[in-house]
Amino acid sequence: MSDQTLFSIFFSAMVVNNFTLAMFLGLCPFMGVSARVETALRMGLANIFVLVLTSLSAWVLNTFILETVPYLRIISFIIVVASLVQIVEMVVKKLSPTLFRQLGIFLPLMTTNCAIFGLAIFQTNRGYGFLQGIIFAVGAGLGLTLALVLMASIRESVEFSDVPGVAKGTGLVLIIAGTLSLAFMGFAGLL
Amino acid sequence: MNEDGMIEDVQIEESTASPSQENPVQAEVSTFRLVATLAVAGALAGLLIVLVNQHTKPIIDKYKAEQLQKAVYEVLPGVERYTTYYLVGNALSFALPEGAKESEYKRIYVGYDNSSQIKGVAISRGESGFQDVVQVIFGFDPATGNLLGMKVLDSKETPGLGDKIFKDQAFVDQFFAGPATPLVGVKAGAGKGKPNEIDTITGATISSKVVIDIINHGLEKWRPVIDKGIPAAPTDSVDEEAKQ
Amino acid sequence: MRVTTPSQDFIRGIWEENPVLIQMLGLCPALAVTNSVKNALAMSAATFFVICCSSVLVSTFKRFIPNEVRISAYILVIATFVTLADMMLQAYAPVQHKELGAFIALIVVNCMILGRQEAFSAKNGVFRSLLDAMGTGVGFTIALVMMGGFREILGTGSFLEYSLFGPNFEPWVIMVLPAGGFLMLGFILLAMGFFEQRKKAKASLAVESSS
Repeated sequence: MSDQTLFSIFFSAMVVNNFTLAMFLGLCPFMGVSARVETALRMGLANIFVLVLTSLSAWVLNTFILETVPYLRIISFIIVVASLVQIVEMVVKKLSPTLFRQLGIFLPLMTTNCAIFGLAIFQTNRGYGFLQGIIFAVGAGLGLTLALVLMASIRESVEFSDVPGVAKGTGLVLIIAGTLSLAFMGFAGLL
Repeated sequence: MNEDGMIEDVQIEESTASPSQENPVQAEVSTFRLVATLAVAGALAGLLIVLVNQHTKPIIDKYKAEQLQKAVYEVLPGVERYTTYYLVGNALSFALPEGAKESEYKRIYVGYDNSSQIKGVAISRGESGFQDVVQVIFGFDPATGNLLGMKVLDSKETPGLGDKIFKDQAFVDQFFAGPATPLVGVKAGAGKGKPNEIDTITGATISSKVVIDIINHGLEKWRPVIDKGIPAAPTDSVDEEAKQ
Repeated sequence: MRVTTPSQDFIRGIWEENPVLIQMLGLCPALAVTNSVKNALAMSAATFFVICCSSVLVSTFKRFIPNEVRISAYILVIATFVTLADMMLQAYAPVQHKELGAFIALIVVNCMILGRQEAFSAKNGVFRSLLDAMGTGVGFTIALVMMGGFREILGTGSFLEYSLFGPNFEPWVIMVLPAGGFLMLGFILLAMGFFEQRKKAKASLAVESSS
C-alpha cells in the first residue's frame, strides 16, 4: 500500500500528472482519433472502462500470482490487456455498431495503447492497493478523456484557420499538445 | 518471378487484413494446434526468462542491498553497524512473524556505534512532491530528537529548481547540522535563528517543504513507537550488516 | 519474396521509413525518455535488442505460427525479450534502469516492433528480417538521439552530461519537461516538412525549366 491519499492519487493522475500531457501515455489515439469532439469523448469513455478493468486484473495478478514469479509480469500483463481489449471490442460491437464503426482501427489498437499497459506497470511500481488502483485508473482515464476532448475541440476550431502548409498535420498537433502540456503544468504544486 | 512481383504484393495485402478478424475459411487449422503453438511458445519463453532471471537476480539484489547500506550510513554518521526493525502490530520487532512477507512491513534502521550504544535511527519514506513522489531517508538521534542527516533517494522534481533539494549542497548540509525537530521551513534570511529552522530553496519552496514534511510526519509516526523501547537484538548474528 | 535488395531493407528503416519521424510509431518513448542523450541511448539500445531478437525469432519460426494466433505469438515473443532487456538493464545499468523506469516495460507496446513483425519478418528470411530490424532500430536511435540532443542542449546546456556552455548558461528548462518533448518533436516535423516543400518546389521548377 502506498502512503498517498486517495484524493491525491486521483487528482494527480487526472490533472497534475495527466497521463497524456505529462506522462506521454496514450499518444496514438491522441494524435489519430482526436479530430472530432464526439468521437474523442467516446474513445475516452471506452478507455476509462478498459483502464478500470486493467487495474483490477493487475491487482489480482500482483497479489495472488506474481509474488512468486515477478519476472512473468510483463508477459502476463500484456496477455491480460490484449484479452480485455478483445472483450471490450466485442461488447461495443454488440451494443453500439455505430460507435464501433466510428472508432474503427483504434479499438484493437488499444492493445498497444501505452496508457493501458502503462497503468498496470505504474500501479505495480507504486505499490497501490485495490482501491488506490481503481481510483488511479478512473483519474487516469478522466485525464485522458480530458486531453482528448481538449485536443479535439482545438482541432475543430483550427480547421477554419489559415495554417501554413508545412505545419498541417502531425506537426501542428504536437505543438498544440505542447501548449496544452504547458497549460497543465500550472496545476503542479496544487497537491 | 519478377513480373509477378506485383501479384505477390496483392497477396501480401490480403493476409495483412485486420488482425482481430477471424478467418472463418481456414477451419483446417485445429484449435488444438493453435493452443499447442502458443503453449509451446509460452513454455520456451518462460524457460528463457527463468534462466536469465537466475543469473541477474543475485546481481540486482546485491546492488539494492548495497545502495540501502550506503544510504543508511550516510544519514547516520558515526554509526558502525545497523539492524533492521519492523513494525509488527504496534511495536518494534527484530523478527517477522512466521511466514510473513518482508515487503509488507514498514521498517526502520537502528544504528550502533562501536560500543554497541544506539547512536541513531534511520527512516525511509516518501510523500507527493511538486512533480511526483519524493523518497527521502533521514537519520535522527532518538535520545535528543535532533536530526543527524538526510538523503534524497528518489525525486522527479523540476530540473534546475526542485532538484536542488539534492543538488544544492548548502540546503542538504542543514540537515546534517543537528537541527531540532519538528523542523520548520523558513524563507532564506527570514529565520529567527531558532535551532529547528531550515532555510527553504528560493524558487523551490514546495519541493523543500516536502522534504521537511517527510521528516516531520515520519517522526510523528515513529517516535511514539521508538519511545516504547527498542528490543535488544542478538548482536552477533547481525554482523552481515556491519560496515565493510 | 520481396523485390528489394538486402541493403535497401536496412537503409529503408533509417530515413525513408523512419519509424518515429515518418511513420509516427513509438511516440511514447520518443517523447518520454528523450530529456537527456544518455536516456535516449539507453532506451534505443534496449529497443534495438528487442526488435532484432524478435524479428529473428519470428522469422525463424514463421512456418510454425498459425495465422489466427500470429499477433498473440508476436506479442509473446516481444514481451519475452522486453522482460530479458528489463532484467539485464536492472542488473548491469541500475542507474539508467531507474531513470527509464516503466518505459522499458512499455517497449512491449511500441507499435513499431509489432509492425515490423507483421509487415516483414513473418514473410521473409532470417537474414533479411534481421537487416530490416536493424535498420528500423537505427532509425529509431537516430530520431531519439536527435530529440534527446536538442532537448538536453537547450534544457540543461550539456550533452551527455558534459557541460557545453559553462555555468553562466541560462537553460531553457521547458525543454526537459513534458511540454518541451511535444514542442521539440513538433518543431522537428515542421522543419522536415519545410525542407520537403522546398525540395518539391525545386523539383517542379526543374521540370518546368526543362520542358
